[in-house]
Amino acid sequence: MTNSAPSSPTSSTSGNRSRSSRWFGAVGILPVLIGVVILFSALAPNFLTSGNLINVVRQASINLVLAAGMTFVILTRGIDLAVGSVLGVASVLAVQISLIPEWSWAAVPATLLAGAGIGALTGVLIAYLGLPPFIVTLGTYTGLRGAAYLLADGTTVINSDLSFSWIGNDYLGPVPWLVVIAFGVILVSGFLLRYTVLGLHIYAVGGNPEAARLTGIRVGMTLAIVYTISGLLAAVGGVMSASRLYSANGQLGTGYELDAIAAVILGGASFSGGVGTIVGTLYGSLIIAVLTNGLTLLGLSFFWQLVAKGTVIVVAIALDRLRAARSQ
Amino acid sequence: MVSDDSAPARPLLEMLGISKRYFGVPVLREVDLRVWPGEVHALMGENGAGKSTLMKILAGIVRADAGTVRFDGNPLSTRSPGEVLRCGIALIHQELNLAPRLTVAENIFLGAETARFGCLLARRQMESAAQTLLTELDASFGPQVRVADLSIAERQLVEIARALRHRNRLLIMDEPTAALSERETARLFALINRLRAQGTAIVYITHRMAEVQQLADRVTVLRDGALVGVLARHEVEQEKIVGLMVGRALFDYRRRTDVARQPGRAILRAENVGDGRRVRGVNLVVRAGEVFGITGLVGAGRTEFARLIFGAEKMTEGRIELDGKSTRPRSPVHAMACGVAYLPEDRKEQGLFLQLSAAINLTINRAGPTSRFGVLNGVRLGAEGQRAAADFHVRAASLRTPARLLSGGNQQKLLLGRWLARTPKLLILDEPTRGVDIGAKREIYRLIDGFAERGMAVLVISSELPEIIALCDRVAVMREGRIAGLLDRNDGDDFCQKSMMAYATGVRTSSHS
Repeated sequence: MTNSAPSSPTSSTSGNRSRSSRWFGAVGILPVLIGVVILFSALAPNFLTSGNLINVVRQASINLVLAAGMTFVILTRGIDLAVGSVLGVASVLAVQISLIPEWSWAAVPATLLAGAGIGALTGVLIAYLGLPPFIVTLGTYTGLRGAAYLLADGTTVINSDLSFSWIGNDYLGPVPWLVVIAFGVILVSGFLLRYTVLGLHIYAVGGNPEAARLTGIRVGMTLAIVYTISGLLAAVGGVMSASRLYSANGQLGTGYELDAIAAVILGGASFSGGVGTIVGTLYGSLIIAVLTNGLTLLGLSFFWQLVAKGTVIVVAIALDRLRAARSQ
Repeated sequence: MVSDDSAPARPLLEMLGISKRYFGVPVLREVDLRVWPGEVHALMGENGAGKSTLMKILAGIVRADAGTVRFDGNPLSTRSPGEVLRCGIALIHQELNLAPRLTVAENIFLGAETARFGCLLARRQMESAAQTLLTELDASFGPQVRVADLSIAERQLVEIARALRHRNRLLIMDEPTAALSERETARLFALINRLRAQGTAIVYITHRMAEVQQLADRVTVLRDGALVGVLARHEVEQEKIVGLMVGRALFDYRRRTDVARQPGRAILRAENVGDGRRVRGVNLVVRAGEVFGITGLVGAGRTEFARLIFGAEKMTEGRIELDGKSTRPRSPVHAMACGVAYLPEDRKEQGLFLQLSAAINLTINRAGPTSRFGVLNGVRLGAEGQRAAADFHVRAASLRTPARLLSGGNQQKLLLGRWLARTPKLLILDEPTRGVDIGAKREIYRLIDGFAERGMAVLVISSELPEIIALCDRVAVMREGRIAGLLDRNDGDDFCQKSMMAYATGVRTSSHS
């Protein structure tokens, strides 16, 4: 690329170091990831096996997909609290459609369309009515959770002959399809953010909405697209979930939005917008997955896992911000 | 300097050798200010002369780079607003600092609440004390009203009442009458006279000549951050003050031609343009190949007018023609399609993407047009960025450097480059050299000259009169939302700072319009 290729915005450093600083924001949290990997390798003998590592990434895959969508949203100073609920609706919807014999082929496309539609509606409310993202998605978070239970009729819908079960259970060579999809999403998201006009406008709108407006960027359109992407990816997560389990219920995805937000923020993005990278989100998501997996291997109870995870998230972000402040 | 026998031996406030730079640009240079007890001391100067900065330093809001402050003979630490307040100095802000959801009484006593047992709010007591203050100010509202329900003028009164809640020894009033009606102003002046008689010193910042003549015992005039004169009451004359305020241009720039250029067809024709609030019935024509200036005091409606033309704000009155076509810009996107470009006044808040690279800031407008299927054309954008950086003399270690690390001048050149890439017909520049060093200023002037020579219509908004004089062929002076006067470079001696300042302050009213 030439000089003007859009460099990823970073939270650091001085002019002549700008080439390295370009990746610095993303690299920021990498030492923490490496640190926890080394720690668990030393403590849990069966951690560093290829089988387990694939397991870790598979566990991370759904969070990765949600967090990729959340990255777009947080880059524009927004937040999408509804991704967990959209995932719930999408998974139930996918299984329900797959149970209708003549329509089962449409289960995945229809579900993805529904997710994108929900996202687009959210985006329009935020972009063109000027409603705060937190409030709008708090509403959809609650409402869609209810919709998920209603769609599942309060029970678990099962399809043991799921047409798209390969997504959750088959492998591409040695790699599970779930992992392939997650990395595909990361790659496409990275491409969108780095090499397209849309990506550039997302950084611009998040960094300075007023300047973006006065520069002639269609701020509303950009926001609407961002929430559509988030909704679409949440539906992808729903399909992945349903296919892994051959079933779905209204409760699926509860709390996932918080893990997605944690991954994005761990990855160096800022709630004040315009700062963050998809690579950072990848690291953030992997840190959460490694922690969960490692602590399980160590035989820690679920309750203690939660305590440990929460502590690590806060400490890691504090370290990252201290480092960023020092390098200013 | 003045020697005044009637004054007490020692000033109440002495600020000596105060200097301050913002981002390397000096805004105050070794300024002295002495205020005696029981005097109303007017502080005057053009926009950006340093009045507000000087007062913010005194109030502990901004830290000076050099200089000392003595209050009542003792050194005063101006490190925090709290310390200064405790000494009996109160600042009445120009921009209102009220909590809109709280009541008038709560606002007046914010941070100094009367409490029982150290924690329970003594609401009744606060309200009756507030009522006393409000009565003194002849306010038409009670202490239990929410500030959100008050008009701007009424809020100003609350702000004043807040400063009066203690017996302060020094009050700083920053354009207190800007929003007040005549009756309210008269009440305020009566109050000021009473306070003065009680020995309170008042520093009074204003642009209004009439108020200075009516109130001031002494006037300190600042220009470009330096002290240019202190006048005693008997020396206070409008002409003299205006003369001191504008002075001689410190910065010398010569256009290539000193007569007005021969302009071409009308690019912008504004007829009775207004927004129903801050811009009223503005008529003007800007032609291809000329630099048209709009000046006036802060709040005169200059920026608001520009934003109407650019579609950033809703135009409710009048019509405009752009290059012969009648339109009413709906949005910046629409205005840009009509060939208008607008370089906003506050480049950090409204122009730049500070974390993004210099290159992106230069070429973001070209990202869409040069892309294929929405994918950025990095090679072409790179080349355009390099060329624009060279054309506009952008100096940066690398074009990858984030915009926030560039100097003010280079940041401004990024924005100029961004807009010129679209070859607009009408280029609106709002305060194009604010916070820019002299060298960059010269370069920006040179560029603006060049735009006009290439046939662009350029509209420059500036508070700096020397800048307006240096650049413009014709000038409109705005005052309170209207055009107060029009001046032409070919008018000879009348095309000068004094005439402009006279129109801006209302000393002179127009024979035009």
